[in-house]
Amino acid sequence: MRKEGEIRIPSGCAIAAMISKSGDRMCGERIVASMRPMHDRSNGLGGGFAGYGIYPEYRDFYAFHLFFDSRSTRKECEALLKEQFEVVKGELIPIRKTAAITDEPIIWRYFVAPLPSVLRDLQLDADELVVRTVMKINTSLNGAYVFSSGKNMGTFKAVGYPEDVGAFYRLDEYEGYCWTAHGRYPTNTPGWWGGAHPFTLLDCSVVHNGEISSYDANRRFIEMFGYKCTLQTDTEVITYILDYLMRVQKLTAEEAAQIIAAPFWSTIARVSDPAQKKQLQYLRTMFSSLLITGPFSIVLGFNGGLMALNDRLKLRSMVVGEKADRVYIASEEAAIRVMEPDVDTIWSPSGGEPVVVRVTGGQADGR
Amino acid sequence: MGVELFYPEFEVVRNYDRCIACRVCERQCANEVHSLLESKGIMISDESKCVNCQRCVALCPTRALKIVKSNCTLRENANWQNDTIREIYKQAQSGGILLSSMGNPKPLPVYWDKILINASQVTNPPIDPLREPMETRVFLGKKPERVQRDETGALKCELPPQLELTMPIMFSAMSYGSLSYNAHASLARAAEKLGILYNTGEGGLHEDFLRYGKNTIVQVASGRFGVHEGYLRSGAAIEIKMGQGAKPGIGGHLPGTKIVGDVSRTRMIPEGTDAISPAPHHDIYSIEDLRQLVFSLKEATEYQKPVIVKVAAVHNIAAIASGIARSGADIIAIDGFRGGTGAAPTRIRDNVGIPIELALAAVDQRLRDEGIRNSISLVVGGSIRNASDVVKAIALGADAVYIATAGLIALGCHLCRTCQTGRCNWGIATQRPDLVRRLNPDIGCERLVNLLTAWQHEIMEMMGGMGINSIEALRGNRLMLRGIGLTGKELEILGIAHAGE
Amino acid sequence: MKRVYVNEQWCLGCHLCEYYCAFANSGLSDMATALKGTRIVPRIHVEGDNSVSFAVSCRHCKDPICMQSCIAGAIYREDGVVRIRKEKCVGCLTCILVCPYGSLTPDETGIAQKCELCLQNGSGAPACVRGCPNRAIVYEEREDAV
Repeated sequence: MRKEGEIRIPSGCAIAAMISKSGDRMCGERIVASMRPMHDRSNGLGGGFAGYGIYPEYRDFYAFHLFFDSRSTRKECEALLKEQFEVVKGELIPIRKTAAITDEPIIWRYFVAPLPSVLRDLQLDADELVVRTVMKINTSLNGAYVFSSGKNMGTFKAVGYPEDVGAFYRLDEYEGYCWTAHGRYPTNTPGWWGGAHPFTLLDCSVVHNGEISSYDANRRFIEMFGYKCTLQTDTEVITYILDYLMRVQKLTAEEAAQIIAAPFWSTIARVSDPAQKKQLQYLRTMFSSLLITGPFSIVLGFNGGLMALNDRLKLRSMVVGEKADRVYIASEEAAIRVMEPDVDTIWSPSGGEPVVVRVTGGQADGR
Repeated sequence: MGVELFYPEFEVVRNYDRCIACRVCERQCANEVHSLLESKGIMISDESKCVNCQRCVALCPTRALKIVKSNCTLRENANWQNDTIREIYKQAQSGGILLSSMGNPKPLPVYWDKILINASQVTNPPIDPLREPMETRVFLGKKPERVQRDETGALKCELPPQLELTMPIMFSAMSYGSLSYNAHASLARAAEKLGILYNTGEGGLHEDFLRYGKNTIVQVASGRFGVHEGYLRSGAAIEIKMGQGAKPGIGGHLPGTKIVGDVSRTRMIPEGTDAISPAPHHDIYSIEDLRQLVFSLKEATEYQKPVIVKVAAVHNIAAIASGIARSGADIIAIDGFRGGTGAAPTRIRDNVGIPIELALAAVDQRLRDEGIRNSISLVVGGSIRNASDVVKAIALGADAVYIATAGLIALGCHLCRTCQTGRCNWGIATQRPDLVRRLNPDIGCERLVNLLTAWQHEIMEMMGGMGINSIEALRGNRLMLRGIGLTGKELEILGIAHAGE
Repeated sequence: MKRVYVNEQWCLGCHLCEYYCAFANSGLSDMATALKGTRIVPRIHVEGDNSVSFAVSCRHCKDPICMQSCIAGAIYREDGVVRIRKEKCVGCLTCILVCPYGSLTPDETGIAQKCELCLQNGSGAPACVRGCPNRAIVYEEREDAV
């Protein structure tokens, strides 16, 4: 049987997210709890979380989370990092041993800042250097895998059920203004730590439920721009697409949604505002290869907010609930009721209709 | 009795129990195969003139006729086959280059038939095109690398000129002159009705068809026949023809006998003169010359029309396409070695060029490797025979396909491959008024519309099966394809896995 | 009322309409059996030469001069279709003389025959129209009927 990264992995899944619009930090325990009622949507082959605003003391540094297969790989990787980055801190990520999670790799995190001289020499901005470094480690340094690389945010993932993964990483000890969660039901892999979700690049993290039919069209397009789809998962390609649209092309989350879940031409024809119509036509034509078809529900996390989005036919379930300044998103209403038993409103966004939540205060560096 | 005289290739089999001597076969055969033997009141045939176009068979009201391959052949020899020997006799007699028409008939691999398409099961739902929207609309043309915003932060939504098609299919270039007026009328009307485009070929544009401008690609070929400013402005796009799949590296030659009346006027050459298109464009001997022509044409049309550069699929097509993509062209059209023609030297038709499937896969991958795939659209032709060929071409990476032979077949062509004689019994590849009349454009247009409507339905069904509801999500989606019976090298070039993988 | 119209632009002069007409009115089910070895007497005729040709059949005039001139009262109009009661026809052929279109002919037995739009024979709709390979004969409703 071929390993992950050597073959395309489709999977079903559970997703959940919670965010405070005013930037209040919330304990990770709640998002972990939300995954319990959706236990059957995962099969124990992967679970993970992303928290935003969790490293306020290191908010100006890129937080790299890495898996290593051995001490020597770690040493090799550290040497590589130090060529281009100032490493202000490197440590084991604290874990809690549990019977449910076994065979863990060496799990480290580094807080780093690119060396200004390197940026000058390479004529790159800091984000681009980080992206290239992540791609380089993940494609060419065997046994090392960067699974989180944003500022003031972090991803935590493992093979196991999501609720066990949350306990393993001691998420009850973290506080963030936004959390996303994922339980995995892959159909083509024995499970791999790096293959669990969320998938991240810089501060952009994606949790996804679905199996997109446009995968190879999207992959072959996005790979033109330096991205390498090593995992061959939907989530990976969606993350790269969103990074490309929002960071490289500097589009807003809403504009990105108009590309990846573009309205049907017949819908565009009915849009009455001519400027809006022109924009929809333009975005769909310009980035036609980034249209994503097939079922998906995703939550994209980024510094300062999130976006939840369904495929344009709404072939996957996704509900949104609100209470005061909090917004909750999940594959099933039951998960929302766990996070907030007494929500004010709860609704199901229609296919292709993005739900964008932006944080206005606290820890958020808005985008 | 010379050595070159031998038994005809086809036999006309007439069932005299059924033949009512209505003489429709006689009246409809421009090759004068059939005649009435007045003394006996029966029909007789001169089979040596038969080209097996099946016109008489199709019109015989009592089904008394059939044309069969003669079984009077030379002694079997796998090396010296009958055709090979006949060709030698012909050349020994004539001293000339052998000519033939339509696409390469040799048993070379058809990769479309060795590629299989995917469908969704369980993990991802198929989509029913009868219940859900299913989009086949495409826009051909250059897409800029970056989005731009104005001072207010709003997106600048202007794109370079794009061709909008309701489905990823266009009629490829066939000139007025090689085709009849009625064949062109059928194509133009069908293109308008379908919301796609047809292509004038290098014969200029008859003034009657100016009204179909929105659905017309005007071609500029090496002979520059019929090219003037008004012509360039009258179409939706301009195609520079560098080569053709049936005869890469070869020009064209429309005999003076076909340069009559309107054809002569439309081509802007005197009646009766041979229309000879040189092998190269004599102002394009290199890629930078091509760039100049591309921009000359753009200047002439105020940058309002996309420019297509059409080339034949030859060995280093990927590098050529990359050069074209950087020449300022908006669209590349590649024509594979099975593409048709009104006349080509037989040796060239059958031996020069490469299959479109391999050319397409190589070009699409090369343009992606160079990061410029989005700056040019890719159209492929050269024997796209049905809707599944279209789906496979799109999944390999094409934006759209060109069809020609399939369209002619819809118009009545029976692929007898003797277009060069100018005696097309179906009224398609002829200028003889009595033959041209046989193609009623009302019927021709209707049949073309039917054909492509049917293909569109089939494309939608296949897309729906894959769980794809818009054609752009199929473009370059090679994961949806698997090879069957292909070597590792072939799979590598096609960029697809083998069935079962 | 639907009538048979011809369009000489598309007529190929192939004469198939004549044979389909003769077959439709033969009452037989096989064309070869019906027409083999016979001289056909169709109700539609192709006129012209290789450069221009067209098929001629009854126009089904609103005020048919053949009907007015029939001495036996054999010609009548029914739902707009001009028809002949064969058993009443005396074979004087006055109708053939007066028809400005040359649409009537004597049949094999010498009495008058004309196109009756195949409404009463096995064809059900004009066989010439169905058999025309180039849509030069059509069966349709038009405003400008005579």
